[in-house]
Amino acid sequence: MSAVAEHDDHHDHHDDHDHGPAKGLLRWVITTNHKDIGTLYLLFALAMFFVGGSMAMVIRAELFEPGLQFVDPAFFNSMTTMHALVMVFGAVMPAFVGLANWQIPLMIGAADMALPRMNNMSFWMLVAGVLLLASTLFMEGGAPNGGWTLYPPLVLQPITVGKALPFAIFSVHLLGISSIMGAINIIATILNMRAPAMRLMDMPLFVWTWLITAFLLIAVMPVFAGAVTMLLTDKFFHTSFFNAAGGGDPVLYEHIFWFFGHPEVYIMILPTFGVASTIIPVFARKPLFGYASMVWATASIAFLSFIVWAHHMFTVGMPIAGELYFMYATMIIAVPTGVKVFNWTATMWKGAMTFETPMLFSIAFVVLFTMGGFTGLMMSIAPSDFQYHDTYFIVAHFHYTLVPASIFILMAAGYFWLPKWTGHMYNEKIGQLHFWLSVISVNILFFPQHFLGLAGMPRRIPDYAIQFADWNMISSIGGFIFGASQLLFLYIVYDTIKGGTGEKVTDEVWEDASKHGLEWTLPSPVPYHTWTTPPSAVPTEHVLDTH
Amino acid sequence: MSTNTAYYIPHKATWPVIGTAGLMIMLAGFANYLNGSSIGSTMMLIGLIIFIVMLVGWFTLQAKESESGMYNHGVGISYRMGMMWFIFSEIAFFGVFFGTLWYTRNLSVPWLGSGATKEILYSAYQSTWPTNGPGNVGGHFEPMGAWGLPFVNTLLLLSSGVTCTWAHHGLLANHREQLIKGLAATVFLGLLFVGFQAMEYHEAYTEMGLTLGSGIYGSTFFMLTGFHGFHVCVGAIILSVVLFRSAKGHFKPENHFAFEAAAWYWHFVDVVWLGLFIFVYLM
Ligand code: HEM
Ligand SMILES: [Cu+2]
Repeated sequence: MSAVAEHDDHHDHHDDHDHGPAKGLLRWVITTNHKDIGTLYLLFALAMFFVGGSMAMVIRAELFEPGLQFVDPAFFNSMTTMHALVMVFGAVMPAFVGLANWQIPLMIGAADMALPRMNNMSFWMLVAGVLLLASTLFMEGGAPNGGWTLYPPLVLQPITVGKALPFAIFSVHLLGISSIMGAINIIATILNMRAPAMRLMDMPLFVWTWLITAFLLIAVMPVFAGAVTMLLTDKFFHTSFFNAAGGGDPVLYEHIFWFFGHPEVYIMILPTFGVASTIIPVFARKPLFGYASMVWATASIAFLSFIVWAHHMFTVGMPIAGELYFMYATMIIAVPTGVKVFNWTATMWKGAMTFETPMLFSIAFVVLFTMGGFTGLMMSIAPSDFQYHDTYFIVAHFHYTLVPASIFILMAAGYFWLPKWTGHMYNEKIGQLHFWLSVISVNILFFPQHFLGLAGMPRRIPDYAIQFADWNMISSIGGFIFGASQLLFLYIVYDTIKGGTGEKVTDEVWEDASKHGLEWTLPSPVPYHTWTTPPSAVPTEHVLDTH
Repeated sequence: MSTNTAYYIPHKATWPVIGTAGLMIMLAGFANYLNGSSIGSTMMLIGLIIFIVMLVGWFTLQAKESESGMYNHGVGISYRMGMMWFIFSEIAFFGVFFGTLWYTRNLSVPWLGSGATKEILYSAYQSTWPTNGPGNVGGHFEPMGAWGLPFVNTLLLLSSGVTCTWAHHGLLANHREQLIKGLAATVFLGLLFVGFQAMEYHEAYTEMGLTLGSGIYGSTFFMLTGFHGFHVCVGAIILSVVLFRSAKGHFKPENHFAFEAAAWYWHFVDVVWLGLFIFVYLM
């Protein structure tokens, strides 16, 4: 595909060329431009980050002291459920799709996503899904409060659902459609729209990780859709899928859910890896160490993610062979994950490093994600997991893998690419302040939860025995600081879009960045249309050792 | 002007947001309906109408663009990839229900009739298949045999796969009549299939006591065959659109993505049926 034709639906031939965006608000509704849609995704995700964050603040406020303070238990449980659903499906996943929209075409030298109309639709499906989900907050009986995993039979009890259940289920369907359409688009773009000069093994790791993530999405979102569809029919159409009296089995739901759920956690972490692998070499001023091994590690993690799901169910009463199999299989994931951590470290080794905000967040990611990985490894030991399961230890584990990992890297990505997108430099002082506040408070927030969990404090409980009081209070204080610090990020995004420091950024933005990625060879701010003719050569600094 | 060598990138799109709104209204309506709210069915109807308008509008637009030569080879590849991965996601969706059938037949039902469960909870229960569970959920029922209507339906769908391929050969050889006849036969066989399945369901509900509520056997039976039947309907609608377009003279031997997509989808539905016939009816 050489040149690119630009048209709108109605063939107005007089202005076929040099199309700017449509005027007014409508632009955002009907846009098919990958940058517009990327912006929509990112802003939506940011908004949801604060919605989900407020719910976390409610949780931490209630847990500040033992006893029931502010909210009633059912509402508390709604908050834990909705916090997870909003963060996973409304914030982290859309944020990465937003980055994919912005960056993949820029990085592979494509004029746009392969299927621009569908791109628009997947964004609006996301909004529709989140609207249905959020509407349950205002319903009789409140939002779902059986946990984000929606386990039957709990979630089918009238008391736990009120009127919310069908809305939550259809919300999952819409979010699933959105994700699948987004993923199909990403795969088609990567495989079909690359600049001719770019071979698969030349692609930046962000592109690679998204290619694999998109595959995971297409494989498992329908599985989740199927699972909740059976919840729906069990509740409203007399089926017995999860009802033992009729020959079904509630444990079957757990199997299906986690067959989706485990790959789902990798859907949130693989693009994280991709961004980290993009940022670290730039600030270490070295090529990424072990490009090919990074690609293979990503692929093996994705493959393994399909065969380890029951490590979430060690205490459910599986046959012993099952326990053993899932234990060893899970441990194996630590190998490719270790390869990655090693490679990031080796990339920094003897590098001429500087510590701008994106790099700070990335380094914190490497360290703190590794902690989350280690607790994961602890929990993969089935007999030990009998102690950890459903306690705050797990809460600590997955928050380490998600907050100082996925969320930190999303922040890093914001600092890294915002200057490119807007042409303005963010305020480095505030950025550094944001980083230090975040990295300290996130540890005050989550580290004590390890102790709480080991001491036996169960998760998803609004009240607790007094021996847990001290660490909970400390954790809550960390939580409030962390929550408040994120307002700085909001300010920085706003400020940078409005002009930032006023300093004019260069096309490269970061020293020698154009050696690392195609996007840095474009002007800053990036024009509305880019790569209408594909670049003739691509940077290969990052793949030096594979050629 | 567009040329055949450029990758076509549309500039704005109004149908996606309309379709999304339609689907959302429809689903919100369905949820309200399930909650016993009176506005539910009206919302569903409104949503459905919006959704259908979107489908007609969007497909008309695509057909127009395709016929005016706006899609080059690259666009064709993107569309084919899109369809392929969409079918892949459908396979995953059906996989859940086949997996459920496997799990319940081979694991949960035997567990219910053995060990501690049998000793303490359900001492009278003999685990067999088909079953509606130890609670005799849904009351007495007769299982669905394989060699009546289901076998006829197997033959129907298999022959529809043949007619579909025959139509494709016609299209490739520019034998328009063969194309149209083949498509018409495929749609006809598909509709016949749906009709027979409706008869089968009717018999199940009225004479055999077999319903969606007949324990795990009824649940898996109707869920699997029901979703499949729904897909046959969708496939038949897509094929009718392709038939309609063929009658209007659309498609060329070297450019007929819509036909291919419809055919792939139809073959997919066909293969799912074979799985159903073996695992739901025969075994
Ligand atoms: C290094 C490899 C990892 C291992 C070995 C691992 C292992 C585990 C195990 C065994 C559990 C179940 C604990 C229990 O319920 O008793 C678990 C839970 C969890 N993990 Fe990981 N994990 C790893 C990485 C990750 C990553 C990268 C993420 C997310 C980005 C993640 C997110 C989660 C979540 C969300 C849960 C809890 C789900 C829930 O019950 O609500 N894990 N992990
Ligand atoms: Cu897992």
